[in-house]
Amino acid sequence: MSGLTDDAARRLRANPAAVFALYVILALVALALFGPWLNPNSIEALDWLHVAARPGLQSAHWFGTDRLGRDLFVRTLAGTRVSLGVGLVASVVSLVVGLSYGAIAGYSGGRTDHLMMRIIEILSGLPLIFFVILLTVVFGRSEYLLFFSIGAVGWLTMARIVRGQTMSIRRREFIEAAVASGANTRRIIVKHVIPNVIGPVIVYATLSVPQIVLFESFLSFLGLGVQEPHASLGTLIAEGAGEMESAPWILLVPGGFLALLLLCLNIFGDGLRDALDVKEG
Amino acid sequence: MVPTLSIEDLSISFAQRNARLEAVQRVSLAIAPAECVGIIGESGSGKTQVFMAAMGLLTKNAAASGSIRFEGGELLNADAAALNRIRGSKLTMIFQDPMTSLAPHLSIGLQLSEVLICHAGMSRRDAWSFAGDMLERVRVPQPKRRLREYPHQLSGGMRQRVMIGMSLLCEPKLVIADEPTSALDVTIQAQLIELLRVMRGELGMGLVLISHDLGVVAGLADRILVMYAGRIVESAPAGELFRHARHPYTAEMLKCIPKLSGPRLARLPTLAGQPPQPGESLEGCAFAPRCPLVRDRCRTERPLLAGGGDFSVACHFPLSHE
Repeated sequence: MSGLTDDAARRLRANPAAVFALYVILALVALALFGPWLNPNSIEALDWLHVAARPGLQSAHWFGTDRLGRDLFVRTLAGTRVSLGVGLVASVVSLVVGLSYGAIAGYSGGRTDHLMMRIIEILSGLPLIFFVILLTVVFGRSEYLLFFSIGAVGWLTMARIVRGQTMSIRRREFIEAAVASGANTRRIIVKHVIPNVIGPVIVYATLSVPQIVLFESFLSFLGLGVQEPHASLGTLIAEGAGEMESAPWILLVPGGFLALLLLCLNIFGDGLRDALDVKEG
Repeated sequence: MVPTLSIEDLSISFAQRNARLEAVQRVSLAIAPAECVGIIGESGSGKTQVFMAAMGLLTKNAAASGSIRFEGGELLNADAAALNRIRGSKLTMIFQDPMTSLAPHLSIGLQLSEVLICHAGMSRRDAWSFAGDMLERVRVPQPKRRLREYPHQLSGGMRQRVMIGMSLLCEPKLVIADEPTSALDVTIQAQLIELLRVMRGELGMGLVLISHDLGVVAGLADRILVMYAGRIVESAPAGELFRHARHPYTAEMLKCIPKLSGPRLARLPTLAGQPPQPGESLEGCAFAPRCPLVRDRCRTERPLLAGGGDFSVACHFPLSHE
């Protein structure tokens, strides 16, 4: 792969916005992973002396505290970690499931393809929110359920994209040549089909991370996601929205983190798409 | 002697929206070990489909009947696992367009060694060095460097050399070359035909050369089969066919080749009319509407391939050369 990926990497490096966005994402990831150690506060400890304190570097609470006196710096970083984790895991799940499902459907064609696509249509016909609420009612609230339910829906679009790409590649001569060389179906899908569809797939996966982060925040905002005392950006924003008039920073800090994260993920995804799209390069 | 490939009564038809198109009708042929057979025919005469059927590459809407035996084993409608043991190793194919027949995302070395790993069970390292040796044998300059390159970094002629090398990796018994030089320019054509001749001398494999170019086939084939509208119309040793064509179609086709000697013609002779459409059903000889020697019997009764020894022809009134 090296020859083709090198080209893409070079094009990506030539795009300053994408490179900058990547650095910001990496900085946010590092901050989310190691940031909480920089500050002695924990996500649950209540500081009754500083309830809804203003942000400031002089005090122990750099980003201030919420109305229960919990440190907002630590809670925001922990929330970023949860949101990024959900986004990443759900994207990988949808990537793996969608890629194999789509490649098999697209390569098999005919009746198999029809059946597999009808299943996808039925699944994507289910309203996601009802689906999540139903799951929460049956299994109770948990973070794993959140991963599962988002991943379970995220792969549908991925499978469609992969199927379309696969169908356009299936009729190409080099696939026919591979069949004539005695390669079996599994080998052809793994070695010849998937590497050729991976470009658009990676781009879609990258662009789906911010969508999933946003969706997780939305679910948490509704109270269906991450539960207290744990926090995600969505629950923090929901909390902050209640105190918007008296203590705006409780909303602005996690809101700013979410906005920055989404913006950078989108810019990077766009840059990646441009870099991998050979036709326009 | 058991023929390497023997085809009996092969018919292939394609399901269309509301009709079946008969692409190949009752074709029988046998290819002896180490024999080189040229298959000549216009586009749509079914010459490629016959061998696509042998490789198990017919499209899903195709139905084939008859029998295709490779070294005694039935290939037609065989399951994929059985076919995969043969195709790519004992029976290989060289495709028309080397630009699109190599996987664009894999290095040349990887594509070549994959065949060896799959069929010969070689280790990665052995396969890689064997692939390099093969590139050298098919006269690819700087074979070691080429192994690490990708198809787009090679010229068309080089790529077709790679394809030829790939088809020879497992010492095949029979190589099917489907218009191997049609996508390339004339000087490269000559080089590749020469390469095929040399490799045939070295490895002693049988070769099927499918082409619409009489010149390409003339230099290499021991025997030539002429196909018209899905049937074999004439079969003869290569030299004989060019000197003494028996079927009017072959004779007319040969007249269309421009000659370097003799009086200069004002206009190159061409064969008038069109071959019948695949859907058209003809009672008589498929060539009758275009045949200069057509008689009443040709329009009502279909001639069957008949003859003795090396010669056979499907014509009621073959040209005689006594």
